[in-house]
Amino acid sequence: MRSFLTMLGIIIGVAAVIILVSLVNGYMNYMMESFTSMGTNQITVRLTNLTSRHATVDQMYTFFDEHQDLFLQMTPQVSVSSATLKNGSDSLTTTSVTGVSEQYIDMKSFKIETGRFITYADLLAKQKSAVIGYYVAEELYGSTEKAIDQKIKINGYAFNIVGVIERQDSTSLEEGGSDDICYIPYSTATKMTRSGIPNSYVFATVDTTVTEDAVSALTSFLTPIYQSTNLFHITAMSEMLDSLNSMMSKMSLMLGGIAGISLLVAGVGVMNIMLVSVTERTREIGIRKALGARPGVIMQQFVMEALLTSMLGGLIGIGLGSVLSNVVGAAMSISAPPTASAILVSFSVSVFIGLVFGYMPASRAAKLNPIDALRSE
Amino acid sequence: MAANEELKKGDVLIDMRNIHKTYIMGDEEVHANDGVNLVIHIGEFVSIVGKSGSGKSTLMNIIGALDVPSSGEYYLGGEDVGEMSENQLADIRNRMIGFVFQQYNLLPKLDILENVELPLLYAHVPTDEREERAMHQLERVGLASKCHNMPNQLSGGQQQRVSIARALAGDPSLLLADEPTGALDSKTSRQVLNFFRKLNDEGNTIVMITHDNSIAVEAKRVVRIADGKINFDGDTKEYAAIIEARH
Repeated sequence: MRSFLTMLGIIIGVAAVIILVSLVNGYMNYMMESFTSMGTNQITVRLTNLTSRHATVDQMYTFFDEHQDLFLQMTPQVSVSSATLKNGSDSLTTTSVTGVSEQYIDMKSFKIETGRFITYADLLAKQKSAVIGYYVAEELYGSTEKAIDQKIKINGYAFNIVGVIERQDSTSLEEGGSDDICYIPYSTATKMTRSGIPNSYVFATVDTTVTEDAVSALTSFLTPIYQSTNLFHITAMSEMLDSLNSMMSKMSLMLGGIAGISLLVAGVGVMNIMLVSVTERTREIGIRKALGARPGVIMQQFVMEALLTSMLGGLIGIGLGSVLSNVVGAAMSISAPPTASAILVSFSVSVFIGLVFGYMPASRAAKLNPIDALRSE
Repeated sequence: MAANEELKKGDVLIDMRNIHKTYIMGDEEVHANDGVNLVIHIGEFVSIVGKSGSGKSTLMNIIGALDVPSSGEYYLGGEDVGEMSENQLADIRNRMIGFVFQQYNLLPKLDILENVELPLLYAHVPTDEREERAMHQLERVGLASKCHNMPNQLSGGQQQRVSIARALAGDPSLLLADEPTGALDSKTSRQVLNFFRKLNDEGNTIVMITHDNSIAVEAKRVVRIADGKINFDGDTKEYAAIIEARH
């Protein structure tokens, strides 16, 4: 019973370390993935267009063409806010409708389920062509096959569905999710929203190493046009990723510290119990000594007991921690498998605890005088 | 081991020369043993008798290599115990002495067989041989059938027999019994004493510590200690006569 309570401290400590580290790790991976899927090589430019000062689409394309060494793709991005999608009497209001160029598909690495993506011809002719997400197709038409080549009404304008994008989120299909999307030519979108000029562009750089050069090229291109750096805003995904990374590593360090303290407390618990057990077993130690056990053997016995208790506790803790981190991870809908490093570290720490905190009581036991030990009741 | 095997009946086993043992109790020095000279040969059955506080327990601890004298020399089987380190003391206890305690002192969490195996375990006897030798001793005390019982499932007399089996397991030169009948009723005490006599007849050297004259006279030789000094050392009949005379 008592050795179980001793173990419990270690079990909880080890399980806590594994759960915390695995969850933080899982969450980091999740954040990373969602960032990477957004494209780490992307730079978003937001413009505040004034009548007197603004950059036209042609100017942006010219800039893009002149910097082929930096950029792979570019697209204007026009959000159609509060769009209503209709097929007959069925409607959706949660779908994000965005006007983009034909290069958008390469930037996002989407796959087309059926049909095609928006083409350059669509842009030129300001075609009412729409590419819809899997969720929209399922909700409004029942399936992707039934949706293709059908009409869809976006804010009252009739569009042709030219393509359906492959399902993005394999676990859930819900309103506002990553499959509740619809893309139309940006030229059509600017006409629909009557904004005239797109106020957002997304650039994809050749790779993340040129991000800084790309940002400064964009700044020196836009500053003379807007005569101010306040009228445009450049956000590089990789910079956000860097700050996210440093934030996450700080967080995991902090959590590791907390878990470390709980392991230390467990260690003190082991020492406490072992000391009590030495006192309680003074007589046993005396008998063993009288029968010819050397001090070293007594020492070994107590250290082994502490070691075994903490190792067993460590193993149970690893089992519990692994199960719980998966369960909690599933509840948070992230994949948080226990990391090998967390298991390794927490197990070696529990063994270390057994050795270090078992040593002191053991050496006390070994030094007991056999006569005093025999006399104790 | 060599010294042990060479010892034969009539050889000197215990040779104590002018043993002093002094304790500091508060500000006072207590001379628990105050110049003890004692020689015991292989094959003897000696009882050391004395009142409580006479120094007999201190003497037993020194004989049993549980304690070392403050001054004087003690040779056990020819080896100088006074000069021994902790580890050497542990080894000589293991090799040469079998303890039988008043409170049996069996380990409650080990079964009977494991208890008897303990001294062999510390002597690094291999597992098979250990079990065989322990079983043999249990047969000797008539408890082989209970070898997997726990100590608390046995009566006091049975437990004492187990502790005798344990004391004998390592084939020690000396069986050292501290008030072996102190916790037993008179009938069981008699059985234990009879068993001791039988062991002595088989060649075992036995030293028995007791405060009880009626138990002491069961041995062949009586050593009486008072105030840390030996004031009688002689034949049991002689001792019995003195006691008789006093009444």
